[in-house]
Amino acid sequence: MPMSDPTSSEPAPRATDPRLAPESNVRFWDGNRACAEGAIMAGLGFYGGYPITPSTEIAEFLSWRLPQEGGVFIQMEDEIASLAACIGASYGGLKAMTATSGPGFSLCQENLGLACMTETPLVLVNVQRMGPSTGQPTRPSQGDLMQAVWGTHGDHPIIVLSPSSVAEMLSLTVRAFNLSERFRTPVVLLADEMVAHMREKVELPPPGTLDVWNRPRPLNPPEDYVAYAETPDQVPPMATFGEGGYRYHVTGLFHDQDGFPTDSPPVIDAWMHRVFRKIEQNLDLICSWELLVDGEVYDSSNAQAGLEAVPRCDLLLVSYGCSARAAVAVPRERARTAVLRLKTVWPLHERFMGDLLGRVPNVLVVEMNRGQMTREIERLAAGRSRVRGVLRYDGEMITPAHVLAAARELS
Amino acid sequence: MNERTAPIFLKYLRPNKAFPTVWCEGCGIGIILGAIVRALDSLGIDPSEVAMVSGIGCSGRMPVYVDFASMHVTHGRALAVATGLKLARPNMKLIVVMGDGDAVAIGGNHFIHASRRNLDMCAIVVNNMTYGMTGGQFSPTTPTGDPSYTSAYGTIEPVLDIPALAVAAGAPFVARTTVYHVMEMQRIIARALGRKTFSVVEVLSNCHTYYGKMTGMKTAVEMLRWMKESTAPVTLAPERRIDKMPRGVLHDVERTEYGEAYQELLVRARADRARVVAAGVPLP
Ligand SMILES: Cc1ncc(C[n+]2csc(CCOP(=O)(O)OP(=O)(O)O)c2C)c(N)n1
Ligand code: SF4
Repeated sequence: MPMSDPTSSEPAPRATDPRLAPESNVRFWDGNRACAEGAIMAGLGFYGGYPITPSTEIAEFLSWRLPQEGGVFIQMEDEIASLAACIGASYGGLKAMTATSGPGFSLCQENLGLACMTETPLVLVNVQRMGPSTGQPTRPSQGDLMQAVWGTHGDHPIIVLSPSSVAEMLSLTVRAFNLSERFRTPVVLLADEMVAHMREKVELPPPGTLDVWNRPRPLNPPEDYVAYAETPDQVPPMATFGEGGYRYHVTGLFHDQDGFPTDSPPVIDAWMHRVFRKIEQNLDLICSWELLVDGEVYDSSNAQAGLEAVPRCDLLLVSYGCSARAAVAVPRERARTAVLRLKTVWPLHERFMGDLLGRVPNVLVVEMNRGQMTREIERLAAGRSRVRGVLRYDGEMITPAHVLAAARELS
Repeated sequence: MNERTAPIFLKYLRPNKAFPTVWCEGCGIGIILGAIVRALDSLGIDPSEVAMVSGIGCSGRMPVYVDFASMHVTHGRALAVATGLKLARPNMKLIVVMGDGDAVAIGGNHFIHASRRNLDMCAIVVNNMTYGMTGGQFSPTTPTGDPSYTSAYGTIEPVLDIPALAVAAGAPFVARTTVYHVMEMQRIIARALGRKTFSVVEVLSNCHTYYGKMTGMKTAVEMLRWMKESTAPVTLAPERRIDKMPRGVLHDVERTEYGEAYQELLVRARADRARVVAAGVPLP
């Protein structure tokens, strides 16, 4: 870490590496550093966190770097408080983030629900370790996928992104902020120990080219402001507390458009529909992936071409996060293998996925848990293809050899 | 609402939106709401500068009635949410309203660390010695031996002294008052709001519906009488207030406020940034 002792007059040691000329846009970072740098690029204004392996370096770096940009760094008393403080800061107008892992992620669940209920933009980074409980703090895992989606109680929409590389720790952190602001929703960045601690090349976006989105602001004066108004895109403009005289109520109770508590079934029903609709009607914007077929990469922008290319293969691998690194190596060893690498792991683009899964006879879902994504893929395949999991959950990385062995068993 | 109070209430409350309140008739929480509003008015504070944050409980319902930026969050977490909000909006006046269970049972950790950090806000703990919202179970402040809906044989747990906890954790301004002593409460809250520190005001409040009913004080009036008789001003000589709970300003010292310390930290960070940039280190 390029931690600098604020009292010393020496510049930060590692960052002075002569191979990293200031004018170069190439960096050699670990994933946690890339995440923290991405957050600052996205406009991070508030970080509240509590140390936990393997996410701690994010807090360490931001404690040094964020105040340099005038932002707020605070070490809270626990992860419950960390996410709570992020919610307060977000209503105070700052882009807010916390980073944690397993046990801390569990403690975040209560206020993650509050963030869902109050449509609070914020980013919650979970650098997954092995669990349950203290588990294995320094080993990678993808065992928190369903917790990221359904960990807080009650029906709620949420967005979960999962980076597969150090470069994506940066780019998906920026994207997490953009989506959270654009749709007024908490976004979970579901990373893992592997991607967080390894070092890789990161190419920085040229200055001024990074797409940074900000939350919709009210156009109405305070007296006409409706805090949770139905708008054409279902995202209510968000006024900042203490700015411009906007005074309104925010509550974790079900509320009407003015923000006041309600127990009226039609009002609750309308709220539910709106918050789900705002995500579901924007899947094209929210869901991103890479589909590899015959050395070609198809993403969400040329989804149709990808769908048309896939029938040339007899096997589709579906993966995400660290285990996708194994999956994408498989086509080199096995012909007629396509790979779908998901960057958005929730929500899933059900229409695209359903179509895709119907075009290959065999699907292997590669993940480091006991089949949390596999079951989703099985549901979407709806019997049109044979879906199996290539699963590992002992703290070691899944390898291309595992996937190849599973592929051989298919035939 | 008489003619004299009407303008204050119109200025600070949401009479057309949120009323009537959810509280039982005669509940002390309404008296506290009135005192807060009058204290703000006495200081001439503009409602647009104020944020009220609360946790969950009968007392947690207060923010819905005030015409401020208001937040009703999770049980026990109000201080943590307020910490983020205050750091984002340092110029806002923050009032955090909590029940006794909210503040020192489930939220005890946040209470300790908010006291320790000393970030400018006014924490009002409505101590009704019970969990009102959930129907009268005992709380950390229920007097030992009292029956409640979860202590059929009387509680065997010692009482947590909220002001003592706040002082021990570092809160520079700590006071106790009761809903019987309305004018005193208003003065104390105004004093707390006038300071730029983490200020704790414990207000003994009546939950005659549950606590009173279980302990032989079925009406608000009986409970108010009990508050009058069982407390004494802290300024009274100790021998004149034996066996009485002291009320008034219990602790008032100067300590560095967190927000100010943070501003100083930002100055050091900016200097560090300039130094790093001058050394040719790329940021990022
Ligand atoms: C995490 C959590 N646990 C339990 C509850 C249920 N609950 C709601 S209010 C309350 C206690 C309220 O008592 P207190 O904080 O003293 O406030 P009062 O209602 O007496 O004003 C409890 C336990 C909850 N809302 N959240
Ligand atoms: S239950 Fe008790 S605390 Fe709650 S409103 Fe009624 S009297 Fe007040």
